[in-house]
Amino acid sequence: MLAILTNMLSMCIPFSVALLLASIGEMFNQRAGVFNLGCEGVMAMGAFIGMLIPFAAGGGGAVSEWYNVLGFAAAAVLGALLGLFFGVVTITFRAPQGIAGIGLQMFGVGTAGTLFRHFVGGTQSIPGIPDIEIPLLSRIPFLGDVFFSHNAVAYLAYLFIPVAWYILFKTPWGLKVRAVGTNPRAADSMGINVSRTRYEALMLGGALAGLAGAYLSIAQAKMFSDTLISGRGFIAVALVYFGHWHPLQIMGGALLFTFAQTFQTQIQSMGISFPYELAVMLPYVLVIVVLSFTSRNQTTAPTSLGKPFNREMRT
Amino acid sequence: MTRSFKIAFKIAIILIAALAAVLIASIILWMIGADVGATFYTICIVPLTNSLHLTEVLIRAIPLCIIALGITVAYRSGIINIGAEGQMAMGILAFTGVALAFPSVPRPLLLPLALIAAVIGGGIWGFIPGILKAKLNVSELLSTVMLNYIAAQFYSLCLRTIYLDPAEQGLGAAGTPQSMRLTDNVWIGRISGRLHYGLIIALVLAFLIFFLMWKTTIGFRMRAAGAEARAARYGGINVAFYVALAMVISGAFSGLAGGIEIAGVHRRAIEGVTNNYGFSGVVVALFGGLHPFGIVPASFFFGLLIYGATLAPSRVGVPANIVQVMQGVIIIVIVTAQMVLSNTYFQDRLWRRISHRMKKEA
Amino acid sequence: MEGKITELRMEHITKRFPGVLASDDISISVGEGEVLALVGENGAGKTTLMNILMGLYQPDEGRILINGSEVRFRGPEDAFNAGLGMVHQQYMLVQNMTVTENIALGYKKAWQPFRLSLSDVRRRVVEISERYSLSVNPDAYIWQLSVGEQQRVELVKTLCLGARFLILDEPTSALTPQETDELIALLKNMTSELSIIFISHKLQEVKALSNKVSILRHGKVVFSGNTDEHSSQDIAAMMTGHSIELPKNVDKTEPGNVVLSIKDLCVMSDRKTLALNHLSLDIREGEIVGLAGVSGNGQRELSEAINGLRHVESGSISFFGKEIANFTPRQVIDEGMGYIPEERNTEGIVPSFSIRENFVLKDVAERQFSDKAIVKKKALDEYAETLVKDFDVRCPGINTAAGSLSGGNIQKVILAREIERKPRFLIAVYPTRGLDLGAVEFIHQQLLAIRREGIGVLLISEELDEIMDLSDRIAVIYKGSIQKVLEHDEATRARLGVLMAGVSE
Repeated sequence: MLAILTNMLSMCIPFSVALLLASIGEMFNQRAGVFNLGCEGVMAMGAFIGMLIPFAAGGGGAVSEWYNVLGFAAAAVLGALLGLFFGVVTITFRAPQGIAGIGLQMFGVGTAGTLFRHFVGGTQSIPGIPDIEIPLLSRIPFLGDVFFSHNAVAYLAYLFIPVAWYILFKTPWGLKVRAVGTNPRAADSMGINVSRTRYEALMLGGALAGLAGAYLSIAQAKMFSDTLISGRGFIAVALVYFGHWHPLQIMGGALLFTFAQTFQTQIQSMGISFPYELAVMLPYVLVIVVLSFTSRNQTTAPTSLGKPFNREMRT
Repeated sequence: MTRSFKIAFKIAIILIAALAAVLIASIILWMIGADVGATFYTICIVPLTNSLHLTEVLIRAIPLCIIALGITVAYRSGIINIGAEGQMAMGILAFTGVALAFPSVPRPLLLPLALIAAVIGGGIWGFIPGILKAKLNVSELLSTVMLNYIAAQFYSLCLRTIYLDPAEQGLGAAGTPQSMRLTDNVWIGRISGRLHYGLIIALVLAFLIFFLMWKTTIGFRMRAAGAEARAARYGGINVAFYVALAMVISGAFSGLAGGIEIAGVHRRAIEGVTNNYGFSGVVVALFGGLHPFGIVPASFFFGLLIYGATLAPSRVGVPANIVQVMQGVIIIVIVTAQMVLSNTYFQDRLWRRISHRMKKEA
Repeated sequence: MEGKITELRMEHITKRFPGVLASDDISISVGEGEVLALVGENGAGKTTLMNILMGLYQPDEGRILINGSEVRFRGPEDAFNAGLGMVHQQYMLVQNMTVTENIALGYKKAWQPFRLSLSDVRRRVVEISERYSLSVNPDAYIWQLSVGEQQRVELVKTLCLGARFLILDEPTSALTPQETDELIALLKNMTSELSIIFISHKLQEVKALSNKVSILRHGKVVFSGNTDEHSSQDIAAMMTGHSIELPKNVDKTEPGNVVLSIKDLCVMSDRKTLALNHLSLDIREGEIVGLAGVSGNGQRELSEAINGLRHVESGSISFFGKEIANFTPRQVIDEGMGYIPEERNTEGIVPSFSIRENFVLKDVAERQFSDKAIVKKKALDEYAETLVKDFDVRCPGINTAAGSLSGGNIQKVILAREIERKPRFLIAVYPTRGLDLGAVEFIHQQLLAIRREGIGVLLISEELDEIMDLSDRIAVIYKGSIQKVLEHDEATRARLGVLMAGVSE
């Protein structure tokens, strides 16, 4: 039993990275007042381009680590560009964000699938990135497996949480982001460029979603498929609500959901007869349950979330 | 501002929007080295060239139309239902369940019964996000997506277990997860070829929705709740009730679309029947201007795209996923163009600039 | 650009909005140490002009000169750098941030590339608030502050950013008379260091503070001159273009039966604090009771609780002898309650619905307008045509979207709907906020007319003049309870002001 638990917990950190990155990215979007439901599509694009680069370089065989790095970089750039595109639609043209996000999701998933079929074809795997066993620490029983024997990107992603917290609460840019998401009119009257700040937040959020997708294809699945993302982008959006727009609480949420997801991988090894489909359902059910308990009384919510800003529109 | 300028403005924006959509799709096509012109020809024109193709287009337009009608009811009531995919799956399960349970009940009874079951199945799946939104303020965008994944898993679970065709059971893991062929007591008759009478049902439903939303007090209240929930509440309208009701109707339509799809086309429950119709339905509803009389032609157009895209891989070597790209682009372009059209500030500025220049020239 | 602003001029400013000429060839000028009062009715274009001065709007024509040289403000930051600062009528503060964080938003000296030096900002806030004796707590969250305190924050904010020229947009609209006097004294003191443009439509303040006055009407300057050369009456006449004598409640009637009786009402605010604290109030038929008070003292919660829109924690609301606490909105409407809500655009009407549909928002299911759930289009049309005529709603037609109308006409649509359904009681919340005098006059006449019909009215307003003109009795609300109820003849501005500030007599 302990072995199974260790196994499940040791999967939590590496398997939570995609959710975590995408969710922190979405947090920046929402803190700036833009609800980006297209996260799923951006992740799909990131996953595709991230996988394509090491695949094209090595034809599926071993490649230099630098191609993986390049894959991540390309995913981040592509994600930022999609964030920029979403900004044009929702900030400049002020289109309703929810439905535009659905459009972006379809576009991203569809485009990733189309390009994948053309450039890669069927199921092709890539070598991915190795786990790093941190000397000494990884030898500690239980804790070593759970915390100290993962890939480098996972460590970096977790290091990014305090950085995200610092950006949001301790830098001028973070102050601007929080102001334009709560009272854009006030921010505007203080000489802050509301649109520009929202664009920047969308690009950062997009880049993080792109990285999240690339993590899935490069580090986690070591391949791409149409169903690779399977709702993680939407769960990431839900996690932002669950985490009350705060990086640390979002991290907690990401770990909780990943724990629920690892359940499905353990079913067979546990040797109990439990329908596989029900195990796969679990995280999705959990999202709905959690949203039901947290959606009311969101006093920390950015109050202008989802509302386009128009300086000349008089209220 | 003159009337002719307003019309010209409208036309220009719509043209630019259409052009933008085509352009973005062309860029993706160009990236995969496809012949752009031939691809558009294959997707948009080839299906119109013979009656066999046309039948296939119409078959796809039927569920699209019914689902989009349901989505319109929800959208007009202030709730965006992107869970039609899951609601359709639940409708199919309910329909199939009734058909499998009572194979010997005569057709005049069994077919309506099974369709009602489909309506209830979808309705329940729509009620969940509706009530969560109304009572607990849960974002319907997220809850419906989650319910899609849950329904998809539940659907495969049923097909692998209780619904599994006895003929496949012996094959073990190698068997196809599908139900046995349903009794012909739940079949919907065919007009010609594969085209079935669901077409008539869809058209009748379109008229029904128009009547409900624009001619009755229920529709009036649902639209008020959707247009400005606060004012509706202040006006004594029970917004929570009408939002939940709208989602039930929306889900019921998706479920019905699933039932009709099984009864008219597949005649058994198999994987992949929902065929992304739930998401395409959102595009159809928006493209049809969230009005039944626009949705009817819109569903034909998207039936065309979806069927055309299935021809693309073999004819021009373009993956069928391209239709999803197009749908995504179309959604974005529609909502953007709508905002430009309703932006009186922009229109005003443009008018002044143009009239200023005309005066200068004169 | 340091140094004093010796002269600021705006020349030939023109700004158009769709369908409105908000500024029409306006020119104004302010010299060193001067206070210019910009007066005019609501919608005359005062705020638009000042937003242009602050770089928030770009003028279509015209130019701005400071000390004789032309300046071009692309945004508020340019205006700050030139030494201008503005306190907007709706305070420009981010509610869930502290005072220091709010000021840091504009205080670019504390912005380092990867660090925000909040301690520098805090020091600056303390320094400024001491220098001008404007006490603010730099660590308080904005939502914790009262309206008066928020205004002090706004003043400190503009001064922290180095303003040498202050623009104040209706600074006294949310203050008690005493707070207003204090503010005017403070501003007078400041004129030794700064010049001020002061937007107002309250003429006693204009007379007390300004030395020059410019009067705006329909986007045009109709008069500029020295304040002390003209009487309040003259200025008022030029402001409206014609003399409007607002109707007054003069005919005394015998008090009737109590129809709305509120006892020990407790209601929570959105932030889960006690918004109404054991509030009790009786209103009789045929009387107008004015509820005076600084906004935010429970007025919104009271009107919502009565109308079934907010949960009542304890206490009772008796309406014609029937207990209606925690009824649904529909039930309250069916009891015959009329309601003109605070936010006319989002609570009073459905903006995208036509005028016709808005008229029957509450009554579409009545037999008059529908039969077995099917709407009778013809009955609706006839009803709407009549109401548009009777209430003089200026609109292209009954199919026009109600949201596209002007504020006064929207209010007429709401008033028509509420009065025409023959209510047994009417609650009017800020019914004339932001309207021009013509519309105010019409609404006051209607309120007095239904009073004469024997209907009780609860009038919630922040305009003391409105309350004193119309009310038979005046109740003062403070922190969710009624301070005192005064008869019309007992009420003076000073006395009401003291009560509104929470001082018990």
